[in-house]
Amino acid sequence: MEKIIEIKHLQKSFGQNEVLKDINFSVNKGEVLCIIGSSGSGKSTLLRCLNLLEIPTSGDILYHGQNILEQNMSTAVYRAKMGMVFQQFNLFNNLTVLDNCVVGQVKVLNRNKETARKTAMEYLDLVGMSQFINAKPHQISGGQKQRVAIARALSMEPEALLFDEPTSALDPEMVGEVLKVMKNLARSGLTMLVVTHEMGFAHDVANRVVFMDGGVILEDDVPDVIFNNPKNERTRIFLKRILEV
Amino acid sequence: MSASANSSFIEWVIFIAHDYWPLFLRGAETTLIIALTGTIIGFGIGVLIGVIRTIPIDHTTNLIKRIVFKIVNFILLCYIEIFRGTPMMVQAMVIFYGVALLYQIHLSTYFAGIFIVSINTGAYMAEIVRGGILSIDKGQFEAAHAIGMTHAQTMACIVLPQAIRNILPATSNEFVINIKDTSVLSVIGVTELFFNSKSLAGTFYAFFQVFSITCIIYFIMTFTVTRILRYFEKRLDGPSVYTIHGSQTVPEAEIKIVGREKQ
Repeated sequence: MEKIIEIKHLQKSFGQNEVLKDINFSVNKGEVLCIIGSSGSGKSTLLRCLNLLEIPTSGDILYHGQNILEQNMSTAVYRAKMGMVFQQFNLFNNLTVLDNCVVGQVKVLNRNKETARKTAMEYLDLVGMSQFINAKPHQISGGQKQRVAIARALSMEPEALLFDEPTSALDPEMVGEVLKVMKNLARSGLTMLVVTHEMGFAHDVANRVVFMDGGVILEDDVPDVIFNNPKNERTRIFLKRILEV
Repeated sequence: MSASANSSFIEWVIFIAHDYWPLFLRGAETTLIIALTGTIIGFGIGVLIGVIRTIPIDHTTNLIKRIVFKIVNFILLCYIEIFRGTPMMVQAMVIFYGVALLYQIHLSTYFAGIFIVSINTGAYMAEIVRGGILSIDKGQFEAAHAIGMTHAQTMACIVLPQAIRNILPATSNEFVINIKDTSVLSVIGVTELFFNSKSLAGTFYAFFQVFSITCIIYFIMTFTVTRILRYFEKRLDGPSVYTIHGSQTVPEAEIKIVGREKQ
């Protein structure tokens, strides 16, 4: 299988605090990978390193075999290939829903406005937000914002999409609409890395689940094994605690 | 018309206003033009400096860049501190007579006035703009960076439009202050409203009468400007309604968002 990203000995510290310790794993094309673990285990930092929002302290990130941490690699080009969906949506507040999806295509991919608008409409339609293209972010609900954020990331036609706890800031009744969009995306064969607390989603949709604790990957397996027959004691404790509630 | 020592206050005011209105008008015009030009140029200076001073610099930036940034930042800081820390009246004296003495450049008082108000406003605006940029949520920068936009693109398309909207009230404030503070330019002989009023009051020895008129004119100018700028602020917020795009049942429906409007 074609490897999109390969991470080797990734380490990240904030001052004295070592958040990621020697992370090794790879992501194949078309894979849906969920990263689970308790708060502070380094899941989000790992995802942010993959988009270079955090610069790793040491280690390598290979994108199609090319090290993106080397000077000659363009950060902008790489970032455009790795879409990111944030917990807090982070839609551009000064732009309409449509322009949120257009601005990146025009500025980064140098597409002309007409093409960009068409592409944006296509993906806004996919997430069920094409009716709201004239609205400003403050006029729509949290679930709608997150769907627009997904459309914005998709409009860049990335190779993989990174989700950083996409439903954690949503009202319970809006979680469903976002998860539904994500499920459809997963089915369409998009490569996805999802940091999540939605165990149901991880169980049903993921091809692979990674359990992180204390800045290391403790377990990396198919969902069936992680959820029903975890090898690591700490995975068991974590799942017991989170599924009991 | 005429007035004498026996005339009442009202008679005096009517006489002065009737006979000398062109003087007030020209003064008010000069005041407005200097204040407006100065505010606009000062705003430009402020945005430029605000943007430069918020360029992200950390240990990953290369050394030469960091040194250049440090030096530029220091110079800008000196400019801001000096012009915020001294009265504009003194700056006017120093600059107007300074360039004449040191460089034999004799500025027109009009140009000198605009120059002084501009750089003075620039110093204040620089900090206002910096504050405006810092007030924008970090998530906006991250989202823009995450889709591959450069720092400059992020600033131009995402951050500055929001920051400038947020600092508009502070900018209107600067404009109003400038309308009033151009009066200090009378010390270098700029024929603005205060200067003209003073000449007129001296001629008739009618200070109270003349300056009552001046007072009203200043107030009308500042009040009108405040209202106009408030109107533009509202306009910039965009419509509080949006149209549903091509809904199947209702091709064009308007949705009014009640209670979510920003004040």
